[in-house]
Amino acid sequence: MSKMHVKFTLNGQDVEGLAEPRTLLIHFLRETLNVTGPHIGCETSHCGACTVDMDGKSVKSCTVFVGQADGRQITTVEGLTNADGSLGVIQEMFREHHGLQCGFCTPGMITRAHRLLQENPNPTEEEVRFGIAGNLCRCTGYQNIVKAILASAEQLNAMKEAAE
Amino acid sequence: MKDEIQTPADRSANLKGMGCSRKRVEDVRFTQGKGNYVDDIKLDGMLVGDFVRSPYAHARVTAIETEAALKVPGVLAVLTAKDLEPLGLHWMPTLAGDKQMVLADGKVLFQGQEVAFVVATDRYAAADGVAAVEVEYEELPVVTDPFRALDPDAPVLREDLAGQTEGAHGPRRHHNHIFTWEVGDKEATEKVLDEADVVAEEMVYYHRTHPMPLETCGCVASMDKVTGKLTLWGTFQAPHAVRTVASLISGIAEHNIRVISPDIGGGFGNKVGVYPGYICSIVASIVTGKPVKWVESRMDNLMSTAFARDYWMNGRIAATKEGKITGLWCHTTADHGGFDACADPTKFPAGFMNICTGSYDIPVAYLAVDGVYTNKAPGGVAYRCSFRVTEAAYFIERMVEVLAIKLGMDAAELRRINFIREDQFPYQSALGWEYDSGNYHAAWDKALTAVGYDALRQEQAQRIADFKAGKTRKLLGIGLTHFTEIVGAGPVKNCDILGLGMFDSCEIRIHPTGSAIARLGTISQGQGHATTFAQIIASEIGIPADDITLEEGDTDTAPYGLGTYGSRSTPVAGAATAMAARKIRAKAQMIAAYLLEVHDGDVEFDVDRFVVKGAPERFKTMKEIAFASYNQAIPGLEPGLEAVSYYDPPNMTYPFGAYICVMEIDVDTGEHKVRKFYALDDCGTRINPMIIEGQVHGGATEGYAIAMGQEIVYDDMGNHKTATLMDFFVPTSWETPHYTTDHTVTPSPHHPIGAKGVGESPNVGSVPCFSNAVHDAFRPFGLVQSHMPHDQWRIWKIADDLGLHG
Ligand code: FES
Ligand code: FES
Repeated sequence: MSKMHVKFTLNGQDVEGLAEPRTLLIHFLRETLNVTGPHIGCETSHCGACTVDMDGKSVKSCTVFVGQADGRQITTVEGLTNADGSLGVIQEMFREHHGLQCGFCTPGMITRAHRLLQENPNPTEEEVRFGIAGNLCRCTGYQNIVKAILASAEQLNAMKEAAE
Repeated sequence: MKDEIQTPADRSANLKGMGCSRKRVEDVRFTQGKGNYVDDIKLDGMLVGDFVRSPYAHARVTAIETEAALKVPGVLAVLTAKDLEPLGLHWMPTLAGDKQMVLADGKVLFQGQEVAFVVATDRYAAADGVAAVEVEYEELPVVTDPFRALDPDAPVLREDLAGQTEGAHGPRRHHNHIFTWEVGDKEATEKVLDEADVVAEEMVYYHRTHPMPLETCGCVASMDKVTGKLTLWGTFQAPHAVRTVASLISGIAEHNIRVISPDIGGGFGNKVGVYPGYICSIVASIVTGKPVKWVESRMDNLMSTAFARDYWMNGRIAATKEGKITGLWCHTTADHGGFDACADPTKFPAGFMNICTGSYDIPVAYLAVDGVYTNKAPGGVAYRCSFRVTEAAYFIERMVEVLAIKLGMDAAELRRINFIREDQFPYQSALGWEYDSGNYHAAWDKALTAVGYDALRQEQAQRIADFKAGKTRKLLGIGLTHFTEIVGAGPVKNCDILGLGMFDSCEIRIHPTGSAIARLGTISQGQGHATTFAQIIASEIGIPADDITLEEGDTDTAPYGLGTYGSRSTPVAGAATAMAARKIRAKAQMIAAYLLEVHDGDVEFDVDRFVVKGAPERFKTMKEIAFASYNQAIPGLEPGLEAVSYYDPPNMTYPFGAYICVMEIDVDTGEHKVRKFYALDDCGTRINPMIIEGQVHGGATEGYAIAMGQEIVYDDMGNHKTATLMDFFVPTSWETPHYTTDHTVTPSPHHPIGAKGVGESPNVGSVPCFSNAVHDAFRPFGLVQSHMPHDQWRIWKIADDLGLHG
């Protein structure tokens, strides 16, 4: 099958490559670009392990053709680490509150949490539970994930205030 | 020195040893997407394998046409049973003493069975290849009901076993019969039942479900033709056992096989077994000379690897009028699917189902289990439980409720008067186990008080009155459970898998500068071993946990062990860790005594050092001792500071817990809401409370799924109806309840640090608890027993059948 040329911004850097048009974004990220943070848990849009951020929206990259990513801004969990290599706020809060066990859902979960907190910087517990319902976790029972996201919101808001 | 002014409490806190909620060391890489799971592995020239699977549940395979597939760009090979037969690999042994087809050998026995293996340059080419393979089938009559399977005229599923009247576990009495397993005193139990004041009888069905870790199963096989060495990375819960089994069935010498379990995205029992994908990948790597990766899709996973449960448990329980239980009888029909691939210790074909007397002092009991072949996927794994403990706990916790109804008694009180008393431990159960320790009454009272049990019952009575008066359409259910687990398999004298004794191991090396590396025979799948096992070592030898690297999963470096499942890591490998650490401490004591110029017996261990008895200002820290062990010639001692321990536990451990669920049920819609879920766990000594709590949240959520909606369903044709996450219920954050955790601590007397294991308790305990809450809500209206999962439709149906819809 003939290949198409794709180009997009990934975690702030321009990337490009060739792919069959039927290639799903998750496979292009993982197998062509070697960005293995986003995982595959179902390939049917149910689990959210493959969640990435595309132009400011959470998308399940197993349900996006690579061509649809052309020219977009994409962020994966790898892009949420601080510039100095230390953990970003949400990553740190997941660690602090034991919001992960096997870690397989974690990249998708953190990427989703990142977007959720942009959409709603002061979510209630209910809003967090609703906002991450597209991401399955089989290990944690979500309780500590919710805690970690609420703690992230608090910390991010405090940082914002301090900066103002 | 700063060291000297630190109090023992400060020094102890600095170690981050047992009992502290140490943050997990794994998380720094996982939160950044830097885990290394099997699908992240990429090797030069790596190929991808994918299966052609059977669309039929029972059919003859009359022809497989691979030519067209081989013409698909990127496809390099298509393997069928014919290709594997000369190698003797078209069938493989199962963990249960049966054998299973690797690729369809003339027929298929379940939908989704592996028929051919396509090897291609990438996943898309492999999928194209799979689509191009033409298979001709001739349909055969299907049987999916295990009772029907035992009819005299039922279709013969396993033609390969024709004429074999003896199976791996004794006589077979029918062509679809696998084994009968009997424990206990049948005659005495039946006599008690015949003469009892009260007997309650019920069929308790624990439906088929699936562990469904978020990461599916997979492997990468790489045969290096130059060195003759096979490296196999995979999602293996028992890497050493995989190496031995791979060697035995492939004929490759065991030293030429290296098995590596990288990070594993959850296991829950799914990743204990050996699957056709592993064998096919190895063969494909040998054939092509390239590394071959095989990773299941979610559909492959739900259809073909490792179902759990599917036990029809017919029970009778006898009691006096006052409610003292006098006997328990159980006959179980176990649906094993097309091949018996259960993962149980060899001598226990129904696992530890004989823990089904639960937390109660029952004088006589009898259990029989019949294993049956049907046209369903093989498996029967211990899904987040220690070999059928979940089935056993569900059974007894339902039977107690049914008995309470029959007696007209409060179910909490009925449990209380039947609990094994604290002074009865170690307790010999009627079905052959020796419970190590417990204080059930204390846990029960603490739980009932914590939830305000009496007030809840009053509220419930008011609700029933209101319901009857037409003031509400919601009922209130109070679900109770007191479970006892049996984990930590196990003593080599009675526990082995394929002849491999179920001990476990730990090797510790202290470096000259006082840090350390430890390696274990187990493998974490999210339990946080790298964090918690370092805590055990920290407490035992006084080296900060942060200075200890922990490695698992590489058979070339880790000592031999039987892996992680059945909550055995802490009871067995955790014990090995403590024992290895104690060997190091014993040597350290001699070194310290030498350095301090006193007798060995004149120094004692104090947190992170040895001090001269009565002269605490004279001491040697572990750091100093470590250095001395490498740079001084100490008479009578070898240099270095290392130890290894292979631990064969003297007994299992018996964690227990008291769970209570308060549930609101809408009679008209069948919807439910969990208002409260209280989980009290007693897992003996607690190594890391944060991790324990996390395990309870996760296990209870898996239990919630099972009790309230999750199942593997087949239609009469053997079509798998729940092979995607659209149909197979996995709760999201939205429906998952909030949990309140609590604990008591009753250490195991025979475990070096008193720990019992906890990972599986919440799954074992929560399933009956949720289910009992549903039953309890409808108890006043006459409900005695209904089958899980209690999804919205089934709850609505209960209400409808009871005439509650007017
Ligand atoms: S892999 Fe994309 S949603 Fe599951
Ligand atoms: S931490 Fe394992 S799936 Fe979420």
